[in-house]
Amino acid sequence: MTFVAPLNLILLGSMDWSPVRISIETSVTATLITLAVGLAAAAWRERRSGPAAALVDGVFLLPLVLPPTVVGFLLLLLFGRNGPLGKLLLQFGATVVFSWPATVIAAAVVSFPLMYLTARAALEQVDSRFLEAARTLGASEWRVFREIALPLAWPGVLAGTILSFARALGEFGATLMLAGNIPGRTATIPVAIYFAVESDDMTRAFAWCAIDVIISLALLAGLYHWTRAQGRARWMRR
Amino acid sequence: MPLQVQIAKQLPNFALDVSFTAGDAPLGILGPSGAGKTMLLRCIAGLEQPNRGRIDLNGRVLLDTGARIRVPARERRVGLLFQHYALFPNRTVADNIAFGLHNLPAEERSRRLAALIERTHARGLEARYPRELSGGEQQRVALARALSIEPEALLLDEPLSALDTHLRSQVEAELQETFAAYRRPTLVVTHNVEEAYRLGKQLLVLARGRVAAFGAKEEIFNHPPSLEVARLTGCKNFSRARPVSDHAIEALDWGCNLRVAHTLARPAAHVGIRAHHIDFAEPSSATASADSVENIFPCWLVRSSETPFRITLYLRLHKPPVDSGEYQLQAEVFKEKWERFRSLPQPWHVRLAPDSLFLLPE
Repeated sequence: MTFVAPLNLILLGSMDWSPVRISIETSVTATLITLAVGLAAAAWRERRSGPAAALVDGVFLLPLVLPPTVVGFLLLLLFGRNGPLGKLLLQFGATVVFSWPATVIAAAVVSFPLMYLTARAALEQVDSRFLEAARTLGASEWRVFREIALPLAWPGVLAGTILSFARALGEFGATLMLAGNIPGRTATIPVAIYFAVESDDMTRAFAWCAIDVIISLALLAGLYHWTRAQGRARWMRR
Repeated sequence: MPLQVQIAKQLPNFALDVSFTAGDAPLGILGPSGAGKTMLLRCIAGLEQPNRGRIDLNGRVLLDTGARIRVPARERRVGLLFQHYALFPNRTVADNIAFGLHNLPAEERSRRLAALIERTHARGLEARYPRELSGGEQQRVALARALSIEPEALLLDEPLSALDTHLRSQVEAELQETFAAYRRPTLVVTHNVEEAYRLGKQLLVLARGRVAAFGAKEEIFNHPPSLEVARLTGCKNFSRARPVSDHAIEALDWGCNLRVAHTLARPAAHVGIRAHHIDFAEPSSATASADSVENIFPCWLVRSSETPFRITLYLRLHKPPVDSGEYQLQAEVFKEKWERFRSLPQPWHVRLAPDSLFLLPE
């Protein structure tokens, strides 16, 4: 096999772009959800301690430790026809399994621990005197978080967002378990590559690999420039 | 009194148990590091929860553990100036000061902001970020920010300790000016004896979480109620003491009898004198050889330590010293004065004036 065949495939238009579109849509949606939920969880956890909080920590970090197939299997149990969430959703006439939302759920769950961990570390790094000063100046807890804690923790939160996005983009195991491989609906780039190799279509697999590498490099380049720009922010400059 | 505080809080090494009242004049809170000074301010500001107690500010109950009232910090209207100022690093000076003016209409906000900047001499700094300010400028901005909420009480935690020495007197003068205009309960925490004396009208001496002395500063400095307070207010010379008669005591560690100006109701356990109150008798009058003739005693120099304008002399009484650890008194004199007798043959003669001596009960 040469590099020419995949290049032809990409350039000459006989390429199926749907896995690229699905991958990006899924990763972006999942990252937005992870950002909101991860931040809320981190902010909640920061004010608590004790065995209950430690247990919650364990549950939050489970998707990072478990093999993605196990996460996918557990999600399948949860969202399946007889699962508690699946039953609930069925009452509203919705099924999640083997649908596009399933790719988002799988990606969000798997990337959540990265967001949660980095956001928590970033929030903990914020000097508590700034928060206390804000409180003595009459600020509500929400305002303290939004105007003081979050902006000061932002570089760390952003790093968590990038990590989560990267993890969501690369998600394979849980996605396959929960969302399957329905071309044009749930087949993301990693899933599409797997099935292309399975059916011995190496040219197509190679083309999607190349696109994945390009997306990842673009992401890293963007991150590099953004962090450099952040470091030049006037209030941080040394 | 506008501010009434009575709180108890268990800390890792000791218990903070304090009660005092503050009027509209600045109250200096003096104590060694780790005495609970900062914790006390944090409890009043609502950043720490005492185990029990009551805080009352202008008739508002901020804390009453008996009635389960704990007003959160944001509703206390107590301005707190942090030791290292804690200016928000990501906000400009103007945005730092305006943080507390959030709820006001825009016009009112900018009017108040301008007034605060004017009042704390922070003009020209509005667009800068905290890291672009000098220590003194940061202090001014932090003060403007603390005053922005028109607090009913102002708490300052070591307001001068983060500053270079050459800035301190300038910033101290600005603080005095602010206090004079503010005229509400103002608590200034410091571990520096002279700062406490200069900034406060009243003084509260805190030692290991307890109030060791509380009252008018002159009274505390002139008549410390205990050995501990005498030490904390900077007194360097102490001796165990035993009453001899109505107006005389025996100073056991100094090996002499001393005439005293006044006596205590309870027998004195210690006698003390401040280093700068020790007088050197002029050579002509130092002919007395016997003890207790107006408390003049022969002394020998053990060692000395110089600052630019003063010198501290470590002295031994009655007989020449054998080694340098043997001093009994520390005297502090201006160098001009020292120049007059440094070349004279020893022994020199110290005078422990009766009205400079203070007697300390057990």
